[in-house]
Amino acid sequence: MTKYTDQGKQDTRSGYGAGMTELGRTNPNVVALCADLVGSLKIETFIEENPERFFQVGIAEANMMGIAAGLTIGGKIPFASSFANFATGRVYDQIRQSIAYSDKNVKICASHAGLTLGEDGATHQILEDIGLMKMLPGMTVINPCDFNQTKAATIAIAEHHGPVYLRFGRPKVANFTPVDQKFEIGKALMLSEGTDVTIIATGHLVWESLMAAEALENQGISAEVINMHTIKPLDDKAILDSVKKTGCVVTAEEHNYLGGLGESVARVLATHHPTPQEFIATQDTFGESGTPEQLMEKYGLNNKAIEAAVLRVLKRK
Amino acid sequence: MVHKVNSGHPGGSLGCTEFMVALYNEIMELKEGFDMDGIGEDVFFLSNGHISPVFYSVLARRGYFPLEELNTFRLINSRLQGHPTTHEGLPGVRIASGSLGQGMSVAIGAALAKKLNNDDHLVFSLHGDGELQEGQNWEAIMFAAGNKVDNLIATVDRNGQQIDGPTEKVLPLGDVAEKFRVFGWDVLEVEHGNDLERMIAGLKEAKSRTGNGKPVCMVMDTEMGNGVDFMMHTHAWHGKAPSDEQLATALAQNPETLGDY
Repeated sequence: MTKYTDQGKQDTRSGYGAGMTELGRTNPNVVALCADLVGSLKIETFIEENPERFFQVGIAEANMMGIAAGLTIGGKIPFASSFANFATGRVYDQIRQSIAYSDKNVKICASHAGLTLGEDGATHQILEDIGLMKMLPGMTVINPCDFNQTKAATIAIAEHHGPVYLRFGRPKVANFTPVDQKFEIGKALMLSEGTDVTIIATGHLVWESLMAAEALENQGISAEVINMHTIKPLDDKAILDSVKKTGCVVTAEEHNYLGGLGESVARVLATHHPTPQEFIATQDTFGESGTPEQLMEKYGLNNKAIEAAVLRVLKRK
Repeated sequence: MVHKVNSGHPGGSLGCTEFMVALYNEIMELKEGFDMDGIGEDVFFLSNGHISPVFYSVLARRGYFPLEELNTFRLINSRLQGHPTTHEGLPGVRIASGSLGQGMSVAIGAALAKKLNNDDHLVFSLHGDGELQEGQNWEAIMFAAGNKVDNLIATVDRNGQQIDGPTEKVLPLGDVAEKFRVFGWDVLEVEHGNDLERMIAGLKEAKSRTGNGKPVCMVMDTEMGNGVDFMMHTHAWHGKAPSDEQLATALAQNPETLGDY
């Protein structure tokens, strides 16, 4: 299989910050909003370099979404950022009416998604946000896997007209995709070719999938690993091309199995090419406090869990 | 319009007729045609989207779309949805509204964009009084004052009525003007908001107060269902269409009505 090297652990939210820094320097229409979480979102450099293009809204996310929608009227490209829970569930109707239904060019950028925000616990660990956002007509949903890809995705969505939900996280994780890569919305990335099973992963679970594939290779199992950074629009072709070859699939995501990537993949397969599938995702539960590693272990979201799911799905072929 | 499809919101629409007519015909500086960005012209956001009948009527008469299209209000395949939307591409509409409490935030965003674009035109918004019960308004009210959004004129239709009854009975709003004032807004109150001349004067006064470091709020004392005796002094006509007979009575009380749109 193709080997990847961790260039040094970094948090994906810092990838967002780096992308914003670059956008601040290159695109005068980009403006940033934040709801009292500037340090957590890593946008200090953008603010320092472009103070007139930053709006601190305070702890008032609903107002932030509305202001972001209004800023598009006049040609601005607002990047509204907060924690994933407060950027989606808390303000669903504001996003639905003022942004999605109104077709406003707002980028909703959400850090601390999923379990890996850790010790703060379930009040902050949203595991439903992909589902909430993908159900909104016209919304693009992206969950990049590492620092470099998050930076590239941040830059890319400024060029895309329409509402986007960009999801990333808090912990420092392996940074293994190319520096200064070009990010193509909706185009899945083949990370490693294989013949026995397809692993389709998004976000932090992509690196875990590569580690699982390596362990499987040692057992003589050839796993194909696909980085499905864009959940909507979904790259149907990449899914179908792969499963037609391998005949089974494991999906992996830091999200509830209801409403996540796995269900989107299952829809494509059920419609075009019914295939055995196993879901690596949380099982309709809330999270809890703990270290990211402990939580990913307890809720079955690490490379070991992916490996076990592959062994299960192979028996169903 | 409301009678034709037997659904819609006549009460608030009639109460805001003078405001909308004054705003679009006497106050706002508007370009020819319509584009979403609205750069180089004043823009308006209707936050209480259920009074779409009067909004559409005024937009059509201002030339944004053909008057005949008012006949399609609330019908299948129409650009005139029950609540205003940008989704069908109706000229004159820049945001969807209907789910209440969101318009002030949007208006603030548009006002900030105007400042960034060095566009010295104004942003107007209209809010129902009952709508102020939505908490997002108070986030917006706090933000606008704190950030000196002084190119915004937010107007409040203080008709004292909402679906379930008088506002002061459902959830008391108290002194709306004073509430805005203590949040740091420049507030003016218009008595007899259904008197066209007073409304024009009030809006001119509001306009003169912009650019002074404070957002401007205009609280308008209006009568829901104004001009139709049986629709006045009650919340009953918030979202109810008149019967054939009631329509005839209502139109007879308003001889200037230009046909049944």
